[in-house]
Amino acid sequence: MQASTTTDHAADIDKHVRVYITVFVALMVLTIVTVAISRYHLPVPLAVSVALLVATIKGSLVACYFMHLISEKKLIYAVLALTAFFFAVLLALPVLTHSDGFYIHQ
Amino acid sequence: MEIPYTVEVRRDTGLTNGKIGIWLFLASEVMLFGALFASYILIRTGAPTWPRGDSILNVPLATFNTIVLITSSVTMVMAWASLMRNRFSTFRLYMGATILLGGVFLVVKYFEYSHKFHDHLFPSTNNFLAIYFTLTGLHMLHVMGGMAVNAYFLGPGSKLWKTNPEWFTNRVEHSGLFWHFVDLVWIFLFPTLYLL
Repeated sequence: MQASTTTDHAADIDKHVRVYITVFVALMVLTIVTVAISRYHLPVPLAVSVALLVATIKGSLVACYFMHLISEKKLIYAVLALTAFFFAVLLALPVLTHSDGFYIHQ
Repeated sequence: MEIPYTVEVRRDTGLTNGKIGIWLFLASEVMLFGALFASYILIRTGAPTWPRGDSILNVPLATFNTIVLITSSVTMVMAWASLMRNRFSTFRLYMGATILLGGVFLVVKYFEYSHKFHDHLFPSTNNFLAIYFTLTGLHMLHVMGGMAVNAYFLGPGSKLWKTNPEWFTNRVEHSGLFWHFVDLVWIFLFPTLYLL
């Protein structure tokens, strides 16, 4: 029984390692894509959207697979949900100050 | 007195205390970098003109550094996987590679900074350079911190492997989480500062 569990565990880690290699290749390809897109000199709003979209995909791959967030416990998700909320508020503050209703500069 | 829940998981959370601790720390780090990203947005949207990063900064060097840091994330996770497979010598190889790649990143950054200073481009020169040096400088401090912790686990800290391998594996996993976070921050810094 013990030997079988050890074999299963080793096979599990082997599977993980294959995923790490796949994610690594994907991250490399996406890095090249990011640089290639920037050479097209797109209009700023479109360039920002595309760059952030690719960065978000890359970041998600790192978080989900290298940081094992894809199979984490509920408490960690709760902590991160709270963090994501306050992070969004933090980034929204400068945007709101420049919108019509909240413009602070005279 | 022994530190509780280093190996065995708590029944209420299903996690070790170390795992919860490192994620709470990373949450605070998200807010730290978030504040600086918010400052970047505020400064950039309020500026009458803003330079494209590639007109001032060296994109090929930064692309190389992105590849270096992503590769170091893979070697870091492979170091942890080696411990999970009970292969300590392989762990040493991967951990050594991770530290070496961190060093390469810092050397490249040193050349980038030196070139800027040589051209009389300082944080006080303009808002773009101020936020560039602040964000990349803080990120570099994190790279140094991660390297120091990893070096400890490669050196004196690795003694724990002989007495409590599970605890050592958990500690390496936690330092890996920090290292991946440093990589994740760079993934966003690179396009924000260099390409837009």
